Amino acid sequence: MQDLVWIFVSALLINNFVLSYFLGLCPFLGVSNSLETSFRLGMATTFVMLITALCSWVLNTYLLIYAPYLRLISFIVVIASTVQFIEMLVRKLSPALFRALGIFLPLITTNCAILGLAIFATNKSYGLIEGLVYALGAGLGFTLAMVLLAGLREESELSDVPALIQGTAMNLIIAGILSMAFMGFAGLFSAA
Amino acid sequence: MVKASQQEYEELIKGIWRDNPVFAQVLGMCPMLAVTNSAINAIAMGGATFFVLVGSSFLVAAFKSWIPKQVRISCFIIIIATFVTVADYTLLALIPGVHKELGAFIPLIVANCLILGRQEAFASKSTIRLALLDAIGMAAGFMLALLMLGAVREILGDGALFGIKLFGTQFEPWVIMILPPGGFLTLGLLLLLFNWLAVKRRKFLDEVIKAERGQS
Repeated sequence: MQDLVWIFVSALLINNFVLSYFLGLCPFLGVSNSLETSFRLGMATTFVMLITALCSWVLNTYLLIYAPYLRLISFIVVIASTVQFIEMLVRKLSPALFRALGIFLPLITTNCAILGLAIFATNKSYGLIEGLVYALGAGLGFTLAMVLLAGLREESELSDVPALIQGTAMNLIIAGILSMAFMGFAGLFSAA
Repeated sequence: MVKASQQEYEELIKGIWRDNPVFAQVLGMCPMLAVTNSAINAIAMGGATFFVLVGSSFLVAAFKSWIPKQVRISCFIIIIATFVTVADYTLLALIPGVHKELGAFIPLIVANCLILGRQEAFASKSTIRLALLDAIGMAAGFMLALLMLGAVREILGDGALFGIKLFGTQFEPWVIMILPPGGFLTLGLLLLLFNWLAVKRRKFLDEVIKAERGQS
């Protein structure tokens, strides 16, 4: 149980996928201009991550012990088909959300956070339960980082920022400061 | 004929600076920031990306008429994943030390939006020749950006370049630069520089146009 809590907190805060592994930066910088959208994208990503963790465990246990060189290709195919499924589901259930997410929903496929999750979980040889907890932590951590950046960006829209620094340059510097703040969590578990 | 070769030159050169994938289009950030804490890692990553981008652009452009439109993204990804697997095992065989340091980020080249973006936006719509030139230009631009970032971070964070110490023992390394926040900050500042140069260039061009109008 303690191990599971540790895995969860570590993926959520200490080794946050966005701010310390640099995974999933494209949606992080691209769609984080409104709180609402970034929260929903974060949730969609968390959902895809949970399914990815499940699929990658099945693949690892039953297929890849026989053919390890197929790892990358089989992971990416499974992830791509999952995303297609989610895309159809979202289009059916909420056309407004579908329009709001736009190009970034199909691009979850090329979101390195998803593939990174599958690869990291494999490298750490997590079991099924550990993998799912890890995915949940990573997904929520991604959502947290997205929402934080979106909140800061919404604030900065009202303030007077020089034209030169506006856009990606400023977002990256904000992300750098956030990342510095998250480094503070590194001491969280050292006593235990 | 002259026009055709000019277009080819244009496709080759645009990726290096004007449409630089990192500075101008902000693509492929994830591997970009994660591995650029030293110049050597940056070159290994750039080389692997170069191989994958050029190889998959060639295959996609060659097979574009056989790939059904509905499943094109999946086809592109499988092609890219194949090349990445080759690159992964090649690096493991040739330079195991660097491969270990890059770790999970070599397989993650698959998810580099730059590569898929070029297939979707360019290679699947053009001839093999143009696709190759475009891929070479884009990959060179990506490598240039990686190297710039890696060099800045290694010099400031470690006081060295390619592992060779540049300063005396008095130099106190800025450890933050090789940690994650340093990546974000350095790239942010480099983008700022790029923006500044772009604005200056636009002003210069405006003045040239104005001066020409004034003359005529």
